[in-house]
Amino acid sequence: MYKYDEYDQRIVDERVAQFRDQTRRYLAGELSDDEFRPLRLQNGLYIQRHAPMLRVAIPYGNLRAAQLRKLAHIARTYDRGYAHFTTRQNVQFNWPKLEDVPEILAELATVQMHAIQTSGSCIRNVTSDPFAGVAGDEHIDPRPWGEIVRQWSTFHPEFAFLPRKFKIAVNGAAEDRAVIQAHDIGLDLKHDAAGRIGFRVLVGGGLGRTPIIGEEIAAFVPWQHILSYCEAILRVYNLHGRRDNLYKARIKILVKALGIEEFRRQVDAEFAHLKDGPATLTEAEVARVAQHFDDPEYAELPAADAGFAARKAENKPFAAWAKRNVRAHKRAGYASVVLSLKPTGVAPGDISAEQLERVAELAERYSFGEVRVTHEQNLVLADVRQADLFELWQQVRDARLATPNIGLLTDIISCPGGDFCNLANAKSIPIANAIQARFDDLDYLFDIGEIELNISGCMNACGHHHVGHIGVLGVDKNGEEWYQVTIGGSQGNHTALGKVIGPSFAAHEMPDVVESLISVYLELRHADERFIDTVRRVGAEPFKTRVYAERAARLEDERKVVNG
Amino acid sequence: MAEIIRNGALHADDWEVLRLAEGQDAATVEVEHGRWIVPLAVWQAQREHLAARAEAGVLGVWLAGSDDPAQLADDLVRLQLVAVDFPKFADGRGYSIATLLRARLGYGGELRAIGNVLRDQFFFYLRCGFDVIQPQPGKYSAAQLQAALASLADFSEPYQGAVDRAEPLFRRVRREVRA
Repeated sequence: MYKYDEYDQRIVDERVAQFRDQTRRYLAGELSDDEFRPLRLQNGLYIQRHAPMLRVAIPYGNLRAAQLRKLAHIARTYDRGYAHFTTRQNVQFNWPKLEDVPEILAELATVQMHAIQTSGSCIRNVTSDPFAGVAGDEHIDPRPWGEIVRQWSTFHPEFAFLPRKFKIAVNGAAEDRAVIQAHDIGLDLKHDAAGRIGFRVLVGGGLGRTPIIGEEIAAFVPWQHILSYCEAILRVYNLHGRRDNLYKARIKILVKALGIEEFRRQVDAEFAHLKDGPATLTEAEVARVAQHFDDPEYAELPAADAGFAARKAENKPFAAWAKRNVRAHKRAGYASVVLSLKPTGVAPGDISAEQLERVAELAERYSFGEVRVTHEQNLVLADVRQADLFELWQQVRDARLATPNIGLLTDIISCPGGDFCNLANAKSIPIANAIQARFDDLDYLFDIGEIELNISGCMNACGHHHVGHIGVLGVDKNGEEWYQVTIGGSQGNHTALGKVIGPSFAAHEMPDVVESLISVYLELRHADERFIDTVRRVGAEPFKTRVYAERAARLEDERKVVNG
Repeated sequence: MAEIIRNGALHADDWEVLRLAEGQDAATVEVEHGRWIVPLAVWQAQREHLAARAEAGVLGVWLAGSDDPAQLADDLVRLQLVAVDFPKFADGRGYSIATLLRARLGYGGELRAIGNVLRDQFFFYLRCGFDVIQPQPGKYSAAQLQAALASLADFSEPYQGAVDRAEPLFRRVRREVRA
């Protein structure tokens, strides 16, 4: 993965010094709350319900062992011994002290990490495919482009105070694993007919209060011009995006208001001036960055490992884990392993300091010392020999990271919710845990098969509820926490927004509601049909009907009990 | 007299910013003697009358975030001072306006950041082509401004090109290739 040179390191070190001085002036009363707010946010620092929350950037989800150990150290020293991986491949600490943050940033800088632009109305941390470089369906490795975009966007002086936050994602495979259709800019790497590299560019996607699927603004921008093209988009947005209403300030609202044709015309007019200017990328620069992502020294191995097959045949739990948590690799004899951060009863995405250190160790022993973070809030060891899988599994199991539920109902995406977040209308984690507890039986879970359940504690949609096959949104009704349910959403190449099934539910009803939805699916599914396929085929009606009929019956029972 | 930052140093400065009060008409408002930076609307309405003062270097024009800098394109040769207003420090339109004035319209005179300009943004103003920063009177003590001068060099080698250094890092320096 990318290693800093002296310039990268200097920028991060200078940032630490800058923020140290800003924090000092804030604590000395020289900076008002309003003046300090964007400064701390652009360092990922929120003032939260219990304590500040610090969001640390993990550019396009890539980490190495030394960085995991540093995160563990920070969790132990400045926090309560754990960290939380987010839906944008970042990591959050929920309990640091404001006055400690400059020191935390200084510690991060020693392992080439930072919290730059992880919040605020600026270009945020760039995200990408967690299986970049190892997936069989990849045409072009997105990681060098993620790094190029990261460097260009870091402290971009013109775009430090945009109307609102701005998220860029890059994907380079047949399957979109970076949710590019739900980003302000989605970059889809491709070859043109002549085999040249470039980008299909999507703009104006985003979840949040007004979920919108991104539209194609350019079918093909040659790689040399991608930064100039992004600059053109950002300039039109910076000048014309709404600043009068926070809820209408994202670029998606501007694109909708102008229409994609007019927006494209304005961007093209700007691009005409910028094209071939100094931001034009050079082959030397792309090659310099790309070499950091060259394949590791793979061994020549047989396509399938006989020992791996034999172990699966004789060990059912191992076979279950291999089926759910192990993915095919482009290289013969290798596999990618997903470490589940979704055991029942733990907040989705949470990891302890001990587990972080354990993962660092396993990465070094089995996967060239590198780890990726997925936007589904799990971790990936991308380059494991099939021959090592059994041994790895035993250790991962001991570390409680081997729940064989990747892609299943209990692999829930969830924001931190009302337990931690100031913005939330309702709690998320207890809902996730209650659903996990209800569906804890593995055979049942396997029978239900692939399904994505996403929970957000408010309409800001950090839990991506709109694109969950089942989406759960916390809402406030007269000061009480209620949950609205959508079905039919999906991410990836067939990104779609879920539809609300009806009136919202109380927290304690949620496991029952999910069970009703699942029971309809189990009755109506055709062979090999996933939950989402059945919803698409039969529509939402049978699901709605069952959910509210069973709810009415439950309420009736409760009434009988109360009345004796 | 106000303290401003010009080319990285503090200077006393007697330019005043004319802001139209409620009900004041751009065409009829009187621009008194002295050094005034007037709104674009006043300049456009009274151009004939104000042109000589502009050319003499005692009258400048300021743009609001909603003004299109191209409207000044034909006037830039005779203007020696153009300012861009930041109504709120978090309103970042001025950064793009400054960039367009310099990089697109070729404006070479004094470009001044006015309004709610804060020391933690000074670095960004400079990068976008402002050469003068005029904080609101009384916002900072002389000592605070003196301390703020250090922040002008917060980042010694920025990645991307901007007005101050048009070339991005990858064109300015030879970056290490991994051994």
